Amino acid sequence: MSDLHLEAISHAFGDNQVLSGVSVNVAAGELVCLLGPSGCGKTTLLRLAAGLEPLQKGQIKINDVLVADGTNSNQMPPEQRGAGLMFQDFALFPHLNVRDNITFGIDAKNKTRRAEWLDHALTSMGLVGYADAYPHTLSGGQQQRVALVRALAPDPRILLLDEPFSGLDVTRRAQIRTETLRLVKQTGVATLMVTHDPEEAMFMADRILVMNEGRVVQDGTPVELYSSPKNAFVAEFFGPVNKIQSTVHSGKVKTPVGVFDADGQKNGTQVDVLVRPEGFRLANADEKPHAMPGDNLGNTSVVLAVVYARPLGRLSHVAFKLSTGQVIETRVPGLFLPSPGDKVSVSVNAHQAHVFASTTILEAR
Amino acid sequence: MSRILNSMGIAAVAVSALLSTSPASASEEVNLYSYRQPFLIEPLLKSFTEDTGIKVNVVFAKKGMLEKIQAAGSNNPADAVLTVDIGRLYGLKQAGVFEPVKSDVLEANIPAHLRDPEGLWFGLTQRSRIVLASKDRVKPGELTSYEDLADPKFRGRICVRSGKHSYNIALIASMIAHHGEGKAKAWLEGVKANLARKPQGNDRAQAKAIYEGVCDVAIANTYYMGKMQTNEKKPEQKQWAESVRVTFLNQGASDRGAHMNVSGAGVLKGAKHKAYAIKLVEWLSEGKAQKIYAEDNFEYPANPKIAVSDIVKSWGDFKADTLSMEAIATRREAATKLVDEVNFNEGPTS
Amino acid sequence: MPVSSESRRLPRLRFNLWSAGALIIALAVAAPIFTVLGLAFTDTSDIWTHLYKTVLGLYLERTITLMFGVGIGTLVIGTGTAWLVTMCRFPGSRIFEWALLLPLAVPAYVLAFVVTDQLEYAGTVQSTLRDMFGWTRPQDYWFPEIRSMGGAIVVMTLVLYPYVYLLARSAFLEQSVCVLEVSRTLGKTAWGSFTRIALPLARPAIVVGVTLVLMEVINDFGTVDYFAVQTFTAGIFDVWLNMNSVGGAAQLSSVLLLVVLVLIVTERMARRDRKFHHTSNKYSELPSYRLRGYKATLSFFACALPVLLGFIFPASVLSHYALSFYEETLSADYFSYVINSLTLSASAALLAVVIGLFLAYAVRLSEGPWIKIAARIASIGYAVPGAILAVGVLWPTGALDQSLSWIGGNFGIAVGGVMIGTIVPIVYGYLVRFLALAYGTSEASLGKITPNMDGAARTLGSNPSQTLKRVHFPLMRGSLMTAAILVFVDCMKELPLTIILRPFNFDTLATFVYQYASDELLEESALGALTIVGAGIIPVILLSVTIAKSRPGKL
Repeated sequence: MSDLHLEAISHAFGDNQVLSGVSVNVAAGELVCLLGPSGCGKTTLLRLAAGLEPLQKGQIKINDVLVADGTNSNQMPPEQRGAGLMFQDFALFPHLNVRDNITFGIDAKNKTRRAEWLDHALTSMGLVGYADAYPHTLSGGQQQRVALVRALAPDPRILLLDEPFSGLDVTRRAQIRTETLRLVKQTGVATLMVTHDPEEAMFMADRILVMNEGRVVQDGTPVELYSSPKNAFVAEFFGPVNKIQSTVHSGKVKTPVGVFDADGQKNGTQVDVLVRPEGFRLANADEKPHAMPGDNLGNTSVVLAVVYARPLGRLSHVAFKLSTGQVIETRVPGLFLPSPGDKVSVSVNAHQAHVFASTTILEAR
Repeated sequence: MSRILNSMGIAAVAVSALLSTSPASASEEVNLYSYRQPFLIEPLLKSFTEDTGIKVNVVFAKKGMLEKIQAAGSNNPADAVLTVDIGRLYGLKQAGVFEPVKSDVLEANIPAHLRDPEGLWFGLTQRSRIVLASKDRVKPGELTSYEDLADPKFRGRICVRSGKHSYNIALIASMIAHHGEGKAKAWLEGVKANLARKPQGNDRAQAKAIYEGVCDVAIANTYYMGKMQTNEKKPEQKQWAESVRVTFLNQGASDRGAHMNVSGAGVLKGAKHKAYAIKLVEWLSEGKAQKIYAEDNFEYPANPKIAVSDIVKSWGDFKADTLSMEAIATRREAATKLVDEVNFNEGPTS
Repeated sequence: MPVSSESRRLPRLRFNLWSAGALIIALAVAAPIFTVLGLAFTDTSDIWTHLYKTVLGLYLERTITLMFGVGIGTLVIGTGTAWLVTMCRFPGSRIFEWALLLPLAVPAYVLAFVVTDQLEYAGTVQSTLRDMFGWTRPQDYWFPEIRSMGGAIVVMTLVLYPYVYLLARSAFLEQSVCVLEVSRTLGKTAWGSFTRIALPLARPAIVVGVTLVLMEVINDFGTVDYFAVQTFTAGIFDVWLNMNSVGGAAQLSSVLLLVVLVLIVTERMARRDRKFHHTSNKYSELPSYRLRGYKATLSFFACALPVLLGFIFPASVLSHYALSFYEETLSADYFSYVINSLTLSASAALLAVVIGLFLAYAVRLSEGPWIKIAARIASIGYAVPGAILAVGVLWPTGALDQSLSWIGGNFGIAVGGVMIGTIVPIVYGYLVRFLALAYGTSEASLGKITPNMDGAARTLGSNPSQTLKRVHFPLMRGSLMTAAILVFVDCMKELPLTIILRPFNFDTLATFVYQYASDELLEESALGALTIVGAGIIPVILLSVTIAKSRPGKL
């Protein structure tokens, strides 16, 4: 089983520097996600790994074989790398039926493997009976599955997935994700996946690399990225946050919702305290909010006025106003629906609050 | 990719192998480039083959012959060239592709003024560029010279083919030779003002126009008249011929005579069948061929021993302009420029 | 569903077999063009001053007018009928689908003769009018002058609109229904969808069509000469033949080339940032609007008129003449002309398509501009007047012959004219002339295949050649067939190159016609002309069928 090493990759399209010194390692059997906003270079990285773009700087190794070196124009062409690639738009061959599409990468001489794989693929992806159908007659979800199976058919050394689910309707996405993950893990192939959806990344990946503007911002497990974001960008990427500004005094940061550890910031530094909506614990005004398992509420709570409250099914969305005028959005489990103007008791789970130096508001970019 | 190259290679080789006509090699044949349509010279060539057993291969084109000869260099497959006017002959001579031929037969058959002094080309027939005047609307004697064509009394009454056509260029060249560029230009402007319509069509179409009443005077080559008069397949052409009178110009006692042009031939340098080529040209100058020219094509044979056809005779004798063909050929470029300066081809209104 | 995808880049190949091969071929095909450019330097006399003082302005004005008139005419007729026939149903629309292509089979010079023959003073139309109204002299009534700019525009439009029709129709057939339906839900009427969505998306194809048409207009000599319209090309021939200056003629031709190049470059720059491949993979039956009443009638006549004037009319006149005059011209040779025409055209068509595909694919694979530039130059032969191009072909082939003879001579082998005495120069000439058709079609067709398709095949283990064979070729089959047929029909009609480049004892139907047509003997030329037209009918119908089948999903 092979692994993939991308070392110090830099790439530019004309004047546009798309990647700067990016390194990624994917071990056999691992699924690593590249997560980031559009234009951050993640698709380019994938294409470089596949050999569809000439490598300008850095090295690419597949199973310890150097397939591309930026200093050498003699780079291994895609058809020899054994890098399966699944495109965002699926790129199914319109003139071939499902069977021929899937078995495209398998040598004609390898007939038995063909038949075997075809059966396996069709069954496991619920496509039995579609072998003779043409791509344009399939639904989006079916096309995605065909594309995935096609990429896996020639037993690739590594698998590259480019936003594999973005073309699908939301309702199907969850199910297809599960199926995809199952199939990929079954084959045990090193997989590098690109997405801009953090929830998707957390669901699928063993490790996530958050990228921004051509650089890796943080590399870690989903839990690590969610609970211990390295900076505001990463934190904000995994979901909306409330940003409260304050200054560090005596190693602590005082805010209208509580006092937090300065987390290594020096005294006098302007900081943003980022608190996730789900990090708030609410209770009626005269009570103290209950802690959930694993919480660190401290012993403090404040009383604040509600702006509005909306039910979201299993959550309630409650917004309240700070004395500074800032509106804080919170989400709590269950139905907790105070009326506007009511007072509630608010505590913050320190584990879901992160302190970072302010970068945006005062600095001119 | 190799598969594609392979297929291409095979295709190319197959194609050329299958279809390449073997270049004419040393056999009893002669290769002729002709500016005259095959259907016009077929009877002549057939007769030649009957007489001599030599096959004639012809390629007909109205342009590009010289370039073809030059590009082929030593691989030139053609042996001789047959042209329809002095312009082409002269051009070929100037390009140096003709072989000088010393032939007693040709010297005897073709008068000196109708062949090149160095034996580079030989005129085979003559034709005159005359006026066809409407019998109904033009009185005899009303139009007696080329210069008359510019006379305002003919305003809106003249039809002619494109000023750029080589027959007209030759005529204009002769006007330049006789009157100088300045006067020739003035004359051309006068003719242009007299046009009934924009120059268009061929010579016969001008006669047709007279018949239809579009104009009264047309400029054409003599042999077309003969063709029209004897056209059984298209009897309407006889009617066109009927409606016009052949008028030779500049016939006055001290006048220079009607403008003449020659069709002729030359043997090419490096011809692979030189002997046969010379034989062909000689044969074309002999009685039998000249007679065919006279009878079938209604031309004036260059060979003085051969009489013109009856029809041609019916047009009457005339004095021919003895201006050398060379003098005309050297002025063709100037003539063409005059046509541009005067904007002749735009017709009377511009 | 996104309407256009962002540009995807393809694997870059450094200097390798594809690039090398493409460059060599492109240069070989461009050699005659370079020759023409080179010849331009051989003339030192100053023809430009003379031209400038006299007729240059006139030539330019006439040429531009002609281009404009024919351009608009073919655009309107070609695009309009293509839309009607593709998107609407009205009486006869099924027939018009292929019938509208029939004028392709008619050579321009033939239509010119027929039109003039029938419409001039002594022709059928005017004679009938005179009989009906009792006029006797030309001064009694007014009738448009046939041999004029107007006549030339009409004839050339009728003969050339099928190119635009063809390309527009292909483009319309390939539309994804989704795009059209989106347009309608956004409030556009059928007419609105046509003008705002379908037409713009079909723009590249239509532009290729109109460009081909304009190049045909520029390089035409026979038709404009016949109609006594003095265009720039007329000037080229004048300088060549009457001022005895090939160099001068080449200079003028080079100017033409430059103009065409500028045209093409401008057009490309204008659409550089927009991509035209469809990203939806969904294709269903195109909805058709049923037309009734006056709309149906109007549509019927709009389609019937070009077919009538461009095909039925000349075909019937020719048939009539051929029946009366065929004995004059029918001989054993006639059949050899037919065979010659067919084999020549078929070979050239095959070669052109193969080379066109090869070049287009090589361009797709490369990233640098050089191959693309070389391919462009190779496909500009269309813009050069046929006879001048022939001169351009003569020199390289003659030189090649001389080299071969010299080499052979050194080895004691007598090598005669390997090129000049055979049909190789003609096929070569056809190639140079018609590569634009084949290359343009391949290029457009490849452009519709998303680069991700290439990427998918490559990552599945297929190298570029295999990808071409397994993915691109099957998807392009329809277009390649189209290109082959177009080149075939064009070669059947081709005249100036054939006349000058053919060897001895080799005539085609076109040169056969030329013998008589050059002396305006229309009746005698009818048999040959009719055969050319007849030989073109089946390919043309085949063409229409191919295009109709090319709708993705209709496999």
